Amino acid sequence: MSAAAENAPKPESESTTRGWGDTCLDVKKVTMQFGGLKALSEFDLSLEPGELVGLIGPNGAGKTTAFNAITGVYAPTFGDVTVCGHRVNGQRPHQICGHGIARTFQNIRLFKELTALDNVRVACHAGRKSGFLASFLRTRGFLEDEARITKRALDYLGVMGLARVRDERAKNLPYGEQRRLEIARALATGPKILCLDEPAAGMNASEKVALMELIRKIRDDFKLAILVIEHDMRLVMGISERLVVLDHGVTIARGKPEQVRKDPKVIEAYLGDSYLEEKHIAIPAKSSESVLDAAPAPEEPPVKEVQP
Amino acid sequence: MTEFLQHLVNGLSVGTIYALIALGYTMVYGVLKLINFAHGDVYMVGAFAGLYIARGLGVDQEPSLAKAGIVFVGSILVCAALGVAIERFAYRPLRQRARLTALITAIGVSFLLEYGFQLPPIINGEVPFPPGPTPRFFPEPFARVDYEPFGVHISNYDIVSLVVAVGFMFALQYIVYRTKFGTAMRAVSFDSSVAGLMGINVNRVIVWTFAIGSGLAAAAAILVAGSRPSINPLLGLLPGIKAFVAAVFGGIGNVQGAMVGGLILGLAEENVAGYLLSSYRDGIAFALLIIILLLRPEGLFGRVQAEKV
Amino acid sequence: MSFSRILLRSLLPLLIGIPILWAFNGELSSSADIILMVAGINVILAVSLNVVNGFTGQFSIGHAGFMAVGAYTAAKITVATNSIEIVGLPTEVSNQVIFFIALVAGMIMAALMGLLVGMPSLRLRGDYLAIVTLGFNEIIRVIIENTEFLGQATGISGLPRRSNLIWVGVGALVTVLMARRLVGSTHGRALLAIREDEVAAEAMGVDTTGYKVRAFVISSAFAGLAGGLLVHLIQLCTPRSFTFVKSIEVVVMVVLGGMGSVTGSIVAALVLTFALEGLRDAQQYRMVMYSILLIVLMLTRPEGIFGTREIWDWLPKLRKRVSS
Repeated sequence: MSAAAENAPKPESESTTRGWGDTCLDVKKVTMQFGGLKALSEFDLSLEPGELVGLIGPNGAGKTTAFNAITGVYAPTFGDVTVCGHRVNGQRPHQICGHGIARTFQNIRLFKELTALDNVRVACHAGRKSGFLASFLRTRGFLEDEARITKRALDYLGVMGLARVRDERAKNLPYGEQRRLEIARALATGPKILCLDEPAAGMNASEKVALMELIRKIRDDFKLAILVIEHDMRLVMGISERLVVLDHGVTIARGKPEQVRKDPKVIEAYLGDSYLEEKHIAIPAKSSESVLDAAPAPEEPPVKEVQP
Repeated sequence: MTEFLQHLVNGLSVGTIYALIALGYTMVYGVLKLINFAHGDVYMVGAFAGLYIARGLGVDQEPSLAKAGIVFVGSILVCAALGVAIERFAYRPLRQRARLTALITAIGVSFLLEYGFQLPPIINGEVPFPPGPTPRFFPEPFARVDYEPFGVHISNYDIVSLVVAVGFMFALQYIVYRTKFGTAMRAVSFDSSVAGLMGINVNRVIVWTFAIGSGLAAAAAILVAGSRPSINPLLGLLPGIKAFVAAVFGGIGNVQGAMVGGLILGLAEENVAGYLLSSYRDGIAFALLIIILLLRPEGLFGRVQAEKV
Repeated sequence: MSFSRILLRSLLPLLIGIPILWAFNGELSSSADIILMVAGINVILAVSLNVVNGFTGQFSIGHAGFMAVGAYTAAKITVATNSIEIVGLPTEVSNQVIFFIALVAGMIMAALMGLLVGMPSLRLRGDYLAIVTLGFNEIIRVIIENTEFLGQATGISGLPRRSNLIWVGVGALVTVLMARRLVGSTHGRALLAIREDEVAAEAMGVDTTGYKVRAFVISSAFAGLAGGLLVHLIQLCTPRSFTFVKSIEVVVMVVLGGMGSVTGSIVAALVLTFALEGLRDAQQYRMVMYSILLIVLMLTRPEGIFGTREIWDWLPKLRKRVSS
């Protein structure tokens, strides 16, 4: 049946690249096994600079696990991860970061007691030229390093609109600014690939729109490939050029947003196969936590497609 | 052959004592993720509690099995109470804080006990309280009889100690793996917040864990006091460190690990000291520590904890 | 900025401090001298431990073990060079030079020990460092007590009194400078990041294990300096000066002052040194009071007096001048 063939996960045939360079992230058949639990099965992904890809799936699907496997927090049980031509299996996260990949975290992991400026300056640390000893002696090389790092950090703060809170401790910043600070910090490592883990969580509708714009702008200005995990369907459908859908660690769908949102496997993964029977559940149309945009009102007959 | 058997017997003797103390460390670490530095000193308090009870009962004049039993049980109860008090006043207020804070507090409690017991007397008596730094002598609860089966020296004290220690270990094994409480304890050690959500009274589990662990330490102290009657406020220092190493060796947080670790340490000490250099006996524990941390830091029975990011 | 100006600025605190110390040296009564020197040594200990426990957020409780390494190295060198003089220099100066060499050698040995101990254990979970450093402290003691070359339990006695206000003062000054400059640099920020969130720091490109080891090595080196200075003050080098109790005393200083605050470590070291002097008659109560202090502190104000702040968080003008 054509629908089944259409819905089977297949390797990337439609790319959304802009010709900004070669594939910078190549994830092949990555599997994460924790004892008896397979958190991620045969995950494939390929990114070129300039692509904006969304990684979606219900809670516990393995999305953050995929991030962790790619960035080195976990070493893949099987499979290969190649960043900008370097095979990074088993390397430590800081080494992988050095190859050009940066990330944010689902539950914000800022350096709470440090100022916004210092948070970003830490990310600039890798670009230093002087060693430990030079910092004691305060050599010229060291002072130049410091000036360079500070300027770079201020630039990135500016990009994210955080310049005026540079001296605030991260823990004192409002939530939206904290999320933006995390992105600024990740950007400051100078990556080619940016992985954003639920960047819009907890934001209101207008903040999310602004964020969407910002993400596109970052992608254009810094020529990055961006991978986004998000639960807000409107946001991720709106911003992604293509999607990968996970459920229980398995890739159940991939492709352009319009295809994926109609895919019955995706609907089933999010709403469960008893969706059709649970008519007493009304999912509010305008909720920012909406799963798949507006669901039909309870009285209507079961649908095979979800209306936007 | 005789020598081998002798070392085996001695090693098991000492090992079961280490195991009993190690159980306290491991159980508390399991439920609270805290290294209870004060545990070795609870052992010391157990010895002194036994001493005071024994003197109160007049054991040195009229030793009897019944009195020995009272001393044993009494000391266990005193230490169980002490353990519960320490948890309630020193550790519980810090549950939400950084682990470091509780660790430092544990060190504080340890020093408080060690040096508090060395203070000049407040209550006077033949053995005053606090007892002060001079060593005191534990009276013999019953007459010592030495046997020599197969040429191996063993006394009735050793036999009683072995039997009681092993009995306690089996009892604990049963409790932890076959009772509802044991399951609750293990649930709390896996994830205390989820265990709480499942309806387990986490505080009660923790209190009982401290009570049992401290009671076992007291039992160990009394069993040892029979063959090594000299006690002083720093009594718990060395056995405490060694038992802790045994717990780490077996996998800190793992009950079976503590028992096995204690036995291995005891046997290793005995055999190395017996066949090689006796002056390095105390160093065996640290050698074991280095070995396990280098080769398998999670311990023999431990599981590697993957951090959730 | 020209090289010479940079050099000048870098050494300025020493250029001011040394003459002041020189002036005071020998002017004070013997007991005041000793207390100040003990205080200075405690400052070195507290500030150096703060680098690991405060800045990097690790938990090392075996500082006295590294003191011992530095102390014994320095002591052995002093004893070995007893009758040696450097050609062309008057005896007194020659002795001072040898003393300097002994202290530096002590620092190097202590640093090597720090590397040896730190490298395997800093890969592991946080609690393990506490276990390892505690174990190390005890192992060092056991080794010393069983080694004839190191004087066993009686130790090495009859050391000349080479420590004076200048040496201790300069040592303390260098330690404080080291800590301040470290924390105000990108390397220091890396350490703070590790303390705040090790996973995030690693994800942002910081080699967390490498930096934890570096902090540990620096800290151990300065503990070695303190050890060398101490034994040339009390003129005796025994394992009794370097027990776990001493390690905990330093931990108390760091915690009391505030982990992460250099000012706090200095203040706490001074306060505790002078308080101890005052309690000299109540020696046996000393440890009990320490322990009660620790417990109460942890229950009421675990961040210590200064928390992670420095003295100039309350004097913003001063801070701007200093950090530029």
